Amino acid sequence: MSYWKLQWVAYCTIVRKEIRRFTRIWVQTITPPAVNAVLYMLIFGGLIGSRIREVDGFAYIDYLVPGIIMMGIITNSYGNVVSSFFGTKLQKHIEEMLVSPVSNSTILAGYVTGGVARGAAVGVIVSVVALFFTDLKPVHPLTTIAIVVLTSIMFSLGGFINAVYAKTFDECSIVPNFVLTPLTYLGGIFYSISMLPPLAQKLSLFNPVLYMINGFRYGILGVSDIPLWHSFAVIIVLIAILGAIAMTLLNRGVGIKA
Amino acid sequence: MPALDIQNLIKVYGEGTYALRGIDLRVDEGDFFALLGPNGAGKSTAIGIVSSLVNKTSGKVCVFGHDLDNDVVATKACIGLVPQEFNFNGFEPIFNIVTNVAGYNGIPQREAKIRAEHYLKRLDLWDKRRAAGRELSGGMKRRLMIARALVHEPRMLILDEPTAGVDIEIRRSMWDYLSEINAEQGTTIILTTHYLEEAEALCRNVAIIDHGEIIENGSVSALLSQAVQETFVLNLYQDITQAPSIEPFATRLRSEPNQLEVDVPKGQSVTDMISALKEQGIVVGSIRTKSNRLEEFFLRLVAQNEGSNT
Repeated sequence: MSYWKLQWVAYCTIVRKEIRRFTRIWVQTITPPAVNAVLYMLIFGGLIGSRIREVDGFAYIDYLVPGIIMMGIITNSYGNVVSSFFGTKLQKHIEEMLVSPVSNSTILAGYVTGGVARGAAVGVIVSVVALFFTDLKPVHPLTTIAIVVLTSIMFSLGGFINAVYAKTFDECSIVPNFVLTPLTYLGGIFYSISMLPPLAQKLSLFNPVLYMINGFRYGILGVSDIPLWHSFAVIIVLIAILGAIAMTLLNRGVGIKA
Repeated sequence: MPALDIQNLIKVYGEGTYALRGIDLRVDEGDFFALLGPNGAGKSTAIGIVSSLVNKTSGKVCVFGHDLDNDVVATKACIGLVPQEFNFNGFEPIFNIVTNVAGYNGIPQREAKIRAEHYLKRLDLWDKRRAAGRELSGGMKRRLMIARALVHEPRMLILDEPTAGVDIEIRRSMWDYLSEINAEQGTTIILTTHYLEEAEALCRNVAIIDHGEIIENGSVSALLSQAVQETFVLNLYQDITQAPSIEPFATRLRSEPNQLEVDVPKGQSVTDMISALKEQGIVVGSIRTKSNRLEEFFLRLVAQNEGSNT
């Protein structure tokens, strides 16, 4: 069997296993983001949003929805990989892969694709929920899909690195709770950075999540606080950096080999 | 070409502990080989390095001619591992556990399912195929790990204490199965075990490792021929109150009055011992070895090594 065919079969196996995992526990993985989205849209979009003037020419609920969808994609692509890979380490069935002729890049690609799959699944479900509150049609569908896929890849890589270093479940939740959530909330889900004071606007530009949410919002609504190419550039550079770190950790066996 | 060729393998853990001190080991293709040693001797570290679970400090490992450093994919494709600890996903149905490992080894899904069925049936787990791994008994988990290690039909199977915690009946059936795949498929088998009767019953060659060094290596029969004596327990037809003197055999009374323990030195026959007893009017009803010969040899060797190290 050729090297590439072997790696392809192994990759498909890891992806299938990952998708089976998060669909098997759908109550924990798929339902909560949908419930959260409904609550956000009801409270911030319907109740509070009806008293807020338009943002960038859109009703507040319309402006809010892309951010809510992207929040679900970010947290779920990250959460899927960190929990799955950490569980694999903890129960030691990572050894099934380590003793097999699967390359480290195939392992990484498999887990990242699993994270993208869950991020995309949550994105679709939250989008369907959003249709009950607003009538959205993506203005730039290809841009929307590209931003979703790239953002999911980036956060899946982040989740993978977190899982490699984590020794306890607590360490799996530190980054999502204390880094990811603040960055996401301050990344322009609920507002345009043009509404912020000048200093806060400048500080916001250091928040990578801002570029993802605005890229996605551009795809859905056609408006963004920042140029679209900035969004793609930031995401692609971060993917390259995180991908290189993840591969280095895997090749060195950090956290998985004695 | 040897199935496994280890040269000057050294492993030093982070805190400076030497787990392996430059071991050399060669296992021929088709062999049934035992790697024995006390706890902490370095057996699992050696196996971990060969199966890529542990990074080596230095040395060379070749599996069927493939160098672990330069040709890791081909090396791993030759190996099936049954580790000491249960290391499967306890929440996954066992059928999926086996097909997943087949997939990691490049076996397409359709073929993986056929093979998983074959090995699960062969190891009496087919009825449990939809059960999660954590729902199995200890013996079933051990058999699952063997099915999983065999699904890609490796040329070399490494078993790290595969029968630990398994009842006698299942252990014997596992012995039969391992002997079968060694004899019929020509699979090279490397076994570590604490049950030395297991090694004596199954293996043709053995290496004994202690304090990270190979202290003995050879065929089981050659090692057993080095044993200086063998101890037997005799059931007598009559009760006795004093151990008889039958030079050159040493005798001891046991707690039962109709039992006697006799050391038969190397070069002496059991027949001579029975005849000597008969001359003293003691008739032997039945006879059994007190302990496994390999076990006695192993204990003596490890004790000697302990003495030389201290």
